[in-house]
Amino acid sequence: MNSPIGTLLTLAGYFALLSLFAIGGANAALPEMHRLAVEVMNWMSDRQFADMYAIAQVTPGPNVIVVTLIGYHVAGLPGALVATLAMCGPTCIFAFFIGQVWDRFKDAPWRMVIQAALVPVSIGLIGASAAVIARAAAQSWVAVAVTVVTALVTYTIRVNPLWIFAGAALLGLGGLI
Amino acid sequence: MSDTTPISTQPTPTAPNPLQLFIAFSLISVSGFGGVLYWSRRMMVDERKWMTAEEFNEAYALCNFLPGPNIVNFSVVFGRQVGGTAGALVALLGLLGPPFVIVTLLGLIYAYYGDIAALQRVLAGVAAAAAGLTISTGLKMAAPLLRQRPGFAHGVAMAAFLAVGLLSWPIYWVLGVLIPCSIALAWRMRR
Repeated sequence: MNSPIGTLLTLAGYFALLSLFAIGGANAALPEMHRLAVEVMNWMSDRQFADMYAIAQVTPGPNVIVVTLIGYHVAGLPGALVATLAMCGPTCIFAFFIGQVWDRFKDAPWRMVIQAALVPVSIGLIGASAAVIARAAAQSWVAVAVTVVTALVTYTIRVNPLWIFAGAALLGLGGLI
Repeated sequence: MSDTTPISTQPTPTAPNPLQLFIAFSLISVSGFGGVLYWSRRMMVDERKWMTAEEFNEAYALCNFLPGPNIVNFSVVFGRQVGGTAGALVALLGLLGPPFVIVTLLGLIYAYYGDIAALQRVLAGVAAAAAGLTISTGLKMAAPLLRQRPGFAHGVAMAAFLAVGLLSWPIYWVLGVLIPCSIALAWRMRR
């Protein structure tokens, strides 16, 4: 918070640690990002966090890119780079080395046990992310209605989410949200 | 090959060069809205035929096993398989480079114009829809679990949801307790 270098080190250490707890992908770590950025560090408001998630969702590419936006918001371009590298670096190194020995233990009983243990954790975390984002985005009753309708529609029928984003953007532009 | 070659009739995958690798992962990245997995399978297995479906599934299982961004891990695993360290780096750069540039530009625009009322209203709409999409993704992930008979997995998923999503507890403490418990329970349940 005090010096630019200090902020970058905070971003680096924080996202590097968090990446190891992102069981089930970057979105599983969203509640913790929200807790840190909004509640602990006061880097941004609830609304700004929801905005960043929205921007990341309409950007093509992996979900992890929300981290880039948070880093950019906190410390500009260096922040964006540091946050992205920190979030991807440690697990990429794992992936690099474990990829070489994966054949040896992919059928091992303990591997299946760990996988069976982690699947429900990741399901719970994605649910938690949905809860945190839904609360942050609930700025009005119409916004809540948009969230509910989007959830129902995308759960029941196969539709390109970009159309729904476009519709919701128009509703917002029209002053309805 | 001989006529007795077993069912695996897919052509032997060919290895891409670094430029092809970079372009492929860039394309996967920029086509992937919400579902980069779909595009990576299509590119790797169906279009470029760099992997068989079985190889893809195995690489993907590994990336699910590891923490962190799955598809980012996948780019490293695949890049290393076909091109060693350089391959891993090139694939990673291809995957992250384009969205990094795009999202940083959007972040720049947001920093300058984020306070304009019209943009705020648009983002409020998109944020609400993005939240809805995340809920349905969560429900789809949970669907196979919900169809099973209640067991330890239901308790673990519910505990993670409550502690992290509703109580806003730090993920480190929650998972530090929950993962060992879940592993112990899964170990007892194994056949």
